[in-house]
Amino acid sequence: MDLLLVILIDGLIYGAWLFIVSVGLTLVFGVLGILNLAHGSLYAIGAYAAASAVGLYFTLGGDVFPLGSYAAMILAALLVAVVVAPILERGLLRHFYHRDEVLGVLVTYGVFLILEDVIKLIWGVEPLFVFEPYDLLGTIEAGPLFYVAYDFLVIAAAVVTGILVWYFLNGTNRGKVVLAVIHDREMSQTMGVNVDRVFMLAFGAGVFLAALGGALTAPMISVSPGIGVNVIIVAFAVIIIGGLGSIEGAALGAVMVGIARAASVHLVPELELFIIYFVMAIVLVFRPEGLFVKTQTRKI
Amino acid sequence: MNKYLKAALGGVAALATSVALTTAAAAEEFKVGIVTFLSGGAAESFGVPAWNGGQLLIKMMNEGALPAPYDQKGFGGLEIAPLVIDEAGGATKQVQEFRNLVQRENVDAVLGYVSSGDCLAVPPVAEELKAFLILYDCGTPRVFEEASYNYVFRTAAHAAMDNISLAKYIQSRGIEVSSFAGVNQDYAWGQDSWADFVASMGHLMPDAEQKTALFPKIFAGQYGTEISAVMRARPALLHSSLWGGDLQAFMLQSTARGIHERMRIALAAGDHVIPQLGQKMPNGIILGARGVNGLAAKARGGELTDLLWDAYIKEYGVFPVQAPFRMWQGLLGLKTAVEKAMAANGGKKPNADELAAAMTGLSWEAPSGTITMALGGGHQAIQPNAIGVTKWDEGSGQMTLDDVEYYDAECVNPPDGVKAVDWIKAGFPGAKC
Repeated sequence: MDLLLVILIDGLIYGAWLFIVSVGLTLVFGVLGILNLAHGSLYAIGAYAAASAVGLYFTLGGDVFPLGSYAAMILAALLVAVVVAPILERGLLRHFYHRDEVLGVLVTYGVFLILEDVIKLIWGVEPLFVFEPYDLLGTIEAGPLFYVAYDFLVIAAAVVTGILVWYFLNGTNRGKVVLAVIHDREMSQTMGVNVDRVFMLAFGAGVFLAALGGALTAPMISVSPGIGVNVIIVAFAVIIIGGLGSIEGAALGAVMVGIARAASVHLVPELELFIIYFVMAIVLVFRPEGLFVKTQTRKI
Repeated sequence: MNKYLKAALGGVAALATSVALTTAAAAEEFKVGIVTFLSGGAAESFGVPAWNGGQLLIKMMNEGALPAPYDQKGFGGLEIAPLVIDEAGGATKQVQEFRNLVQRENVDAVLGYVSSGDCLAVPPVAEELKAFLILYDCGTPRVFEEASYNYVFRTAAHAAMDNISLAKYIQSRGIEVSSFAGVNQDYAWGQDSWADFVASMGHLMPDAEQKTALFPKIFAGQYGTEISAVMRARPALLHSSLWGGDLQAFMLQSTARGIHERMRIALAAGDHVIPQLGQKMPNGIILGARGVNGLAAKARGGELTDLLWDAYIKEYGVFPVQAPFRMWQGLLGLKTAVEKAMAANGGKKPNADELAAAMTGLSWEAPSGTITMALGGGHQAIQPNAIGVTKWDEGSGQMTLDDVEYYDAECVNPPDGVKAVDWIKAGFPGAKC
């Protein structure tokens, strides 16, 4: 029983992190139709920005109210989105919306390589540490083990993020406009939707979510060059399981991968690396388009 | 017309003089290609500190600022001209870069490679080009256990001694180890480290039960599940050879959950994260540094060690960890070999054959102790090792290494002609401790 509880908690913690880092990727693909390989770099920039922001916060006397460091992390992610998203979307990606999808992959891969060097130019190669927010909430006893309370904060952040994104898309008029663009870009345009604006806002949201993932991760890792590389791989696995462009799919895919990985580490550690891709392969056998994407009729 | 002719002749004469001077200047140089990680995951922990240490030592050698026997300027009077190359990009790229260094840049020697993959890929090319190559950092024993070379040398001990020393230390200190578990990266370094540690423990502490062995992928970053699995297994000791950002993340995440209060932690190569982690590295961690490097070298002291230690801190504001020490022993070995070859050839700049002859079986003093090219037919170094326990010093506000045990090179390295893994399995026959 204890083992099941531990697997569930570990799986949810890892799954929550996976969801936060992959939801922006699936949103951008859903709206823009671009598989954004630079997502990992945006995650890394978010981590660096949060590390700098938290460092600055405590330097400026944040010790009197350390919980404010969480606000600094979110603001840092927001700042990344405000600065980086318009440059990338308006300056580069919009030129490739009507081109082959493969071109989008190649372009964003180029952006990924450039951003990796930009990170080094701005922050250097020395690692940054901002462990204060990680320790701030203490530990929680769960079953036979102690967990850092911050891990549960990440779960809460994932749930809130998921609900907000889902509500925005399904419960607001602007969200329905975005959904209309996802379903049929040309028809939306003929109905008077400013598709370019939707694209820019959706990409901005995607960048914010990637940066938020990095910002929330920064306190528990050494923020150093290259941290975004592996993130993009697992994020792809998650959104492929859930279905490219599906928010619900990303949530379910993240939880499935998280729990499968946790079960593997506890029960059959040799399969830890294999299990993520095994889950993906099984899903694709039965649902080639992912769990939450309906098979589409092909236009001829 | 005469005026123009004079000017032209003058120009030609000046050009000729300039070429002659340049040639003379070039003859005074010893060009060393230095290959290490300047970007990527291994840069911050190994490549950059090593290159920092290398630049510092080369400058001091060129100025003749080292004590005897290294007091001659440069390499035997030849000014050292380094040419640094980024090791990032994989083995195929490094093979190409090596060819460029040798065939285009005409370097006199190459000193490089942190990655074991690169250390296996480049030596055959060095042999083909008859180019002198020193591997200064990588750990895989396979380089000289599975092949032999004329022009290739490794000036650092291979990785087996790290875990042999760790197991010997745990046994010698009477640390209660009824069981042990491991968290190591899922590639050759992590797998080999764990295998060496398990085999060593099998001989030294046969009653210790082996519990869970976890191999997260390199650069995983998230270790929550692994930490839970280890805490559930409740081993008396946790072994890890994690390095760089992975080790930093693991320590941050595991110590926040109090893992160090429930079991002893032994890190085979953990010294290099101390400057970054500071007090986040708890007291009581059993620590190796892949040689008498970093804090272990400082604890023992010595003229050369103290000189380089202080100079490094003055230059970079942080103390040198293991990577600069391995760079230093490589460069000092090269200096010793060049000067030995020059003494034999009448003071000329030595060629690759003369360098190889001088380097084979060579022994020299480094800040990390006496380095001896004792294995692989005189091409693979052995060196002493040290293990200690972390202890935060409130007075200086710095981490120190307490209860340090120093191991002779021949105590923790196999004899020539014996594979490390076979030596461990046989119970360390012939070890001189």
